[in-house]
Amino acid sequence: MRILVCIKQVPGTTQVEIDEKTGTLRRDGVAAKMNPFDLYALETAMRVKAAAGPDSEVTVLTMGPPQCEQVVREAFMMGADKGAILSDRAFGGADVLATSYTLSQGARKTGPYDLVVCGKQTTDGDTAQVGAELAEWLGIPHVTNVKSVDDVAADHIDLTVDLPDCEVAQRIPFPFLMTVEKGIFEPRLPSYKLRCATEGREILWLALADMPDKDPRHYGLNGSPTQVKRIFPPELRVERIALGGDDKKKAAALADLLEERKFLR
Amino acid sequence: MNEIWVFAEQRDGALQNVSLELLSKGRELAAQSGYTLCALLLSENGEALAPELFAYGASKVYVADSPRFAYSQNDWFGEAVCRAVREQKPEILLFGATSVGRSLAPTVAAALHTGLTADCTGLEFDSEKKILLQTRPAFGGNIMATITCENHRPQMSTVRANVFKRTRVDGASGTIVRLGIDISDVPERMHRVSATKEAGDDANLAEAKVIVSGGRGIGGPEGFGLVRKLADALGGSVGASRATVDAGWISPLHQVGQTGKTVCPKLYVALGISGAIQHLAGMQSSDTIVAVNKDPSAPIFEVADIGIVGDLNEVVPEIVRALEARRA
Repeated sequence: MRILVCIKQVPGTTQVEIDEKTGTLRRDGVAAKMNPFDLYALETAMRVKAAAGPDSEVTVLTMGPPQCEQVVREAFMMGADKGAILSDRAFGGADVLATSYTLSQGARKTGPYDLVVCGKQTTDGDTAQVGAELAEWLGIPHVTNVKSVDDVAADHIDLTVDLPDCEVAQRIPFPFLMTVEKGIFEPRLPSYKLRCATEGREILWLALADMPDKDPRHYGLNGSPTQVKRIFPPELRVERIALGGDDKKKAAALADLLEERKFLR
Repeated sequence: MNEIWVFAEQRDGALQNVSLELLSKGRELAAQSGYTLCALLLSENGEALAPELFAYGASKVYVADSPRFAYSQNDWFGEAVCRAVREQKPEILLFGATSVGRSLAPTVAAALHTGLTADCTGLEFDSEKKILLQTRPAFGGNIMATITCENHRPQMSTVRANVFKRTRVDGASGTIVRLGIDISDVPERMHRVSATKEAGDDANLAEAKVIVSGGRGIGGPEGFGLVRKLADALGGSVGASRATVDAGWISPLHQVGQTGKTVCPKLYVALGISGAIQHLAGMQSSDTIVAVNKDPSAPIFEVADIGIVGDLNEVVPEIVRALEARRA
């Protein structure tokens, strides 16, 4: 079985600052790491691989500037077999549609795959929509909110989806894409042994010229139907009312405020 | 067509609140744009829910019915929405950011090659340029971005529950348009085996109007008894910080924060939560934030509208009593 995991390098913190002169994000000096949700996707892929048998392999795919090689190396240390990086200036500034399209081209180039696994969302873009759009571009069904993989068979997977009001058991034949919940499995730690073993492993670098579709209008900023018009700091309307007195007084003051604001039913 | 569409999501025959909230917002957008506000209803039982959609502002309800719409099967819903959109060409298409909407909206956006802005907290119509201004938080709420989709249609957004207010329109009525959409030719690529309701689980944080959360300061798993008491008194759901989940005091279903759930209730009460940045990222867009903590320098007070410094084992029972007294 061939399994693809999409991963992303994200800033190490969400404490971003806006450059007041240019109105853009200050990114310099911010440490980068693998999107934490992707660790669960990778772990899930490793478990599926183990259940599917010896001729299975896990490929990780990422898109970004050259330094994102770091997260592919980290995936190798967790057991991924192959890695590919989509890196080209033409891919920059991509929104959800262009990002998912570029990933789909990378998947077509390196695939085909029986199963694609994505994390629930990233911590920077935070849209949780790239996985679903990728599936649409690949012409395969997708399932989100997967909380457990219950059985891996030769032609399908049985899994459980966590919805707000119920759990749904589904049987999905390959090929398909799933996005997994945090906590589906405990991600393994990167192994020093694997680190040594994979140090020289070749990574497939793919640029626009390597894509099946080489039309630059379909990638990056040009291929993005949405534009960011403005970024600004959120209006934090914090009232900062400190309630004093003894416990009874504080409690009464709070109850008054909550009643005033119609929180008492 | 100059229309604004709201996807009317239903669960077990009842419309989701977020769809009604979107209709209320849609009325404002319709007034700003002169467009017609419409709802798109995929249903196994025809137009039964149309009157409620009119009551929240829809002037037109598009209905497609099929036994296949008994529950959300993303392939079928996606294909039906795409066919309806290709036929009627609305300018704007809005979905609730529910588990259904989060699958359906991107499927439709990719199939139609258009833009999609997730989790908008602000929607406005620029009547000069005739485009939708979509504002959403990014980087865990640390910045806001206004996003447009100028050259592709429809302009698509998802919006979470409780972000917009829903208001009924008195004596409203409208027209019902039946779409002759037949999706019986779409293959079944996913098989639903069974659906189990989780009994007595109140962790539905995404749609909760009131959330009371516990952090390390509640002292142990038994501390959630106190949290739950206050949550019950306020008719809210129970949330938790990552520390308490990692310590095994409560199920991860309750976790609020960057790696848990992002919530925006009307009222968020943080009990014994110090306010790590990852937690704040998941709750700081709540309308009113109340914090109870014994440490006056806890960062949670930076975002709290109402702060109480004190021992929560003493204060919280007093709060519960005071609330009960006012209700009586």
